[in-house]
Amino acid sequence: MMYNKVVMDHFRNPRNVGTIEDADGVGEVGNPLCGDMMTIYLKIRDERIDDIKFQTFGCGSAIAVSSMLTEIAKGKSLEDAKKITNKDVAEALEGLPKNKLHCSNLGADALQMAIRDYEDRKAGIRRPELKRKDEHEHSHGDKCYCPYCDVEIDEGVTFCDACQHDLKEEH
Amino acid sequence: MKYINLDHISSNPLLPEVKQAMIEAVRHDYHNPSSQHRAGEEAATVLEKAREQVAKLINADAPKEIVFTSGGTEADNHAIKGVAMANADRGKHIVTTNIEHNAVIRSLRRLKSDGFTVTSLSVDEQGRVRPQDVADAITPETILISVMHSNNETGTLQPVEEIAAIARAKKILFHTDAVDSVGIMPFDVKKVGADLVSFASNTFYGPTGVGGLYIRRGVKIFPILDGGVQENNKRAGTENLIGIIGMGQAAEIAARDIDRRHAYLKGLKDLFLRELPNYLDEVIINTHPVHSLPHLVSTSIRYIEGESVMLMLDDEGIGVSTRSACATGSLRASHVLLSIGLSHADAQGTLVIAFGIDNTEDDVLHFLKSLRQVVTTLREISPLYKKVAG
Repeated sequence: MMYNKVVMDHFRNPRNVGTIEDADGVGEVGNPLCGDMMTIYLKIRDERIDDIKFQTFGCGSAIAVSSMLTEIAKGKSLEDAKKITNKDVAEALEGLPKNKLHCSNLGADALQMAIRDYEDRKAGIRRPELKRKDEHEHSHGDKCYCPYCDVEIDEGVTFCDACQHDLKEEH
Repeated sequence: MKYINLDHISSNPLLPEVKQAMIEAVRHDYHNPSSQHRAGEEAATVLEKAREQVAKLINADAPKEIVFTSGGTEADNHAIKGVAMANADRGKHIVTTNIEHNAVIRSLRRLKSDGFTVTSLSVDEQGRVRPQDVADAITPETILISVMHSNNETGTLQPVEEIAAIARAKKILFHTDAVDSVGIMPFDVKKVGADLVSFASNTFYGPTGVGGLYIRRGVKIFPILDGGVQENNKRAGTENLIGIIGMGQAAEIAARDIDRRHAYLKGLKDLFLRELPNYLDEVIINTHPVHSLPHLVSTSIRYIEGESVMLMLDDEGIGVSTRSACATGSLRASHVLLSIGLSHADAQGTLVIAFGIDNTEDDVLHFLKSLRQVVTTLREISPLYKKVAG
């Protein structure tokens, strides 16, 4: 098994699955092209995350990341929630396989987008339509690894010299 | 809990007779078949018996036309690189398809750095290459055409007989990767008309780590492993005799049972395909309705991702394979599935189900029930499903 027990527990019994009908903030990142897509719904009370729900299209790791993220964020003040990073989620899951760190990059991004959406609405800024991008976007600042041989590679390279695999910028 | 293996494309359990033959081989402690003393000759005799068993399975003219390899990957590498190196003086162009196994694709890529050019043909939406496209791709420089017999992801069979005839008419060598066909369905090298055929023992319930390359007599090919003169000077290195003995035994049983085996597997697959609509909506069948392997179904379940399905089915005691980008580790959709026109999202939800002779009709129905449960759970989590439904 490529996943540890914590990851498998969150995959098997994901916490906070679903939608919130009258959500105060919604964030969606990823797209089916990338293989992962995550939507976060927030209910805010007194500048605190009163309720949080997620929906995810993705692999075992993506579902576990979503679940863990909602557990970490639930009950937190917005100020604290803004500090949650992708790394925090991966660490709380006690690690993900290197080629799956990609998935963990979605979680905190979706949360931050949902918080921004809440703040925009509060400030009276018209809510932009959720749009699905057709292009893959690298949202992570961390190092990239070849998904085949785990060798560190530069972001944007399309070929792994170490193992001769095509990468097409999807590492 | 009984574990139901529906991943017979990755490997197969050993037949009891194969296990027995291999255990006896271990007990016997065979010597090196290349040694010229009595113990060596004894080993050479069982090696040649296995070669005969394998030659018979694919109807080769002579056992000498079989070279034992470490499996399908080595056979593909040998066919492509060995033919290219030995025939480079005649030309440096090779024709293939976009849906070949990576053993072929990457062997060809390696050759490109040696100045070879490769024409890689796309397939139609049913996953088949058009023989006319092959004919059109041929240049005076073409020395080899390599088109797989059956695709390992979709199970779709290619029109190899027509392509072989085109190659023969132009005096171009024809290789077919038949790793997923040989031993599962009737396969006759003469009927196919191929010069080179790759196959693997674990496809037909023999051990992993053993395979073979059929090289028609007279084909010019270099070894890719240099060293001794084993395997009629086509593959150096002391043979994996225990594995080869197992493969020979598996080949003999496959040859004996092939029609029955084919019919049984097809029965399970037909049952699955017939019942699937009663259990799931919004699924795409990627396998050709007529021209396909008897035991394999590739299906894309919309709005969910394959690795999640695979993991949840594993919890239910069922083993399947997925071609989702996430699970394969490459984080990109399968080249084969994109080639047949699937969207990236649909490709993500692709399962490869391969039935085996150890499966029963009850297994198929139990699997369908579990699959419905797992898919329902995952679709509830998926934002894509709601968006369509709502």
